[in-house]
Amino acid sequence: MKMIQCVSPRSGGSLSVFGMDPDLHPAEIKRRIGVVPQETNLDPDFTCENNLITYARYFDIPAPVAKERADELLAFVQLTEKRNVSIEKLSGGMKRRLILARALVNRPELLILDEPTIGLDPQARHLVWEKLRLLQAQGNTIVLTTHYLDEAARLCDRLVIMDGGKILVEGAPAEIVSQYASPEIVEVGKSERVIACLKEKGVPFEDAGDMVLVPTGSAQDLAQTLLERCHPEKLLTRPATLEDVFLKLTGRRLRD
Amino acid sequence: MAGLFTIPPVTRRCSHVWYRNLQVFFKTWKVNFFPPFIEAFLYLFAIGLGIGTYVREIDGIPYVNFIAPAILAISVMNSAFFECTYGSYVRMYYQKSFDAIIATPLSIEDVIAGELLWGATRSTMYVAIMLPVLAAFGVISLPLSLLAIPLAFFGGMLFAGIAMCFTAITPGIDTLNYPAFLFITPMMLFSGTFFPLSLLPEIFRYIALAALPLTHVVAIMRMLTLPALSLTGLLHLAWIGAVAFIVCVVSVNLMRRRLIV
Repeated sequence: MKMIQCVSPRSGGSLSVFGMDPDLHPAEIKRRIGVVPQETNLDPDFTCENNLITYARYFDIPAPVAKERADELLAFVQLTEKRNVSIEKLSGGMKRRLILARALVNRPELLILDEPTIGLDPQARHLVWEKLRLLQAQGNTIVLTTHYLDEAARLCDRLVIMDGGKILVEGAPAEIVSQYASPEIVEVGKSERVIACLKEKGVPFEDAGDMVLVPTGSAQDLAQTLLERCHPEKLLTRPATLEDVFLKLTGRRLRD
Repeated sequence: MAGLFTIPPVTRRCSHVWYRNLQVFFKTWKVNFFPPFIEAFLYLFAIGLGIGTYVREIDGIPYVNFIAPAILAISVMNSAFFECTYGSYVRMYYQKSFDAIIATPLSIEDVIAGELLWGATRSTMYVAIMLPVLAAFGVISLPLSLLAIPLAFFGGMLFAGIAMCFTAITPGIDTLNYPAFLFITPMMLFSGTFFPLSLLPEIFRYIALAALPLTHVVAIMRMLTLPALSLTGLLHLAWIGAVAFIVCVVSVNLMRRRLIV
């Protein structure tokens, strides 16, 4: 991400952004990119509005245009009434929204977001998603990284799952799920009886803490069989998600 | 990877960083304009009139007039040094401002150049605020002393560059206290500020001229305010210019090493 943003030098291979080499034309590339960093690095010495105006100046945007865009973007992220409020007085969600507005100040052709909804409450998360989908619908190219796989499933047309710097899979979220996971999952409360029963029936399963996951093509049939034969204390059925794919591909071990 | 002495590619966009700092400065102008004003009075009363009562004169110059240029030179040093150490460090490390700015067309070189220019500008403003106070007390000569203002900018670049080198290599904000106490404080005392360099043993005089940048700023400042112009002033000026250029270049390259990973 940092290499695309022309901030870190390329560690290897080839890279071209808008057909230009980031080593040779960083300013030209950065002029056309908007960045939402993971860290909140708004300028604490300015108000919301002046954060946008000051940031616009870094792009050589003339002051009257900057003022206009600041108005427009504050409205877009629903912060118009916070225009003259200093950054410290904003909630976490408001700061993230303002950072999104800031990234749009140069009307970027490419928007790069690094974990845009990290640490946000559900309302704020949904608002950010809504804005991102709106930008997407307007034809903007958005590149985002996230650890929230529901977020990836919701927002992405094309998804790449990476682990340890290597690409594991690539494709549309729904395709990836259908390709790498069975359509549905039955989660069964773990007990010795249940495990013995599953083994006896020769049903493949995965141990996931206090539950046992059983992938299947038809959750209803399997659930019925399990309820009748194994008498589990708990049982639920659900469709497979990206999270199942991710855990399957990268393992359940904690990665520090 | 660029070497330490490679001239960094700085564009005119560095002015945006300078202007950002200027705006913040004016936003809190009361806090910023008052101290230099008061500081001039404090030095004049405590050292000029207090100690001056006993010292009376040095080499035929009234003691207050002797230290007046030192007061200016010390402010040049302090304002640029502290702006580009603690001030820049806070913007870099705590506010993450540099990270935010280099996501725009500005490069890290532009950002640091803007910070250096801003440090020198603070020195210039500080001197411009102190000059009227000193002039009101009649301890500096006019109009030649007005040249102290452009001199403050050059001296400011010198100390801003030195400061930024420390900022680039300091592990944390606390360790910036080392240069502040071990370099700035001795410099304030032994650079021909409150007593002439000629009182120092010869070897220390050379050390002061070589290693204490403030001696050169004080020397020219004194030539302007007494006034007592001489050709050695040009040597001092050349020293300031050359060293300022080198430390500024090195500081930008060091900062690049620190921040670009």
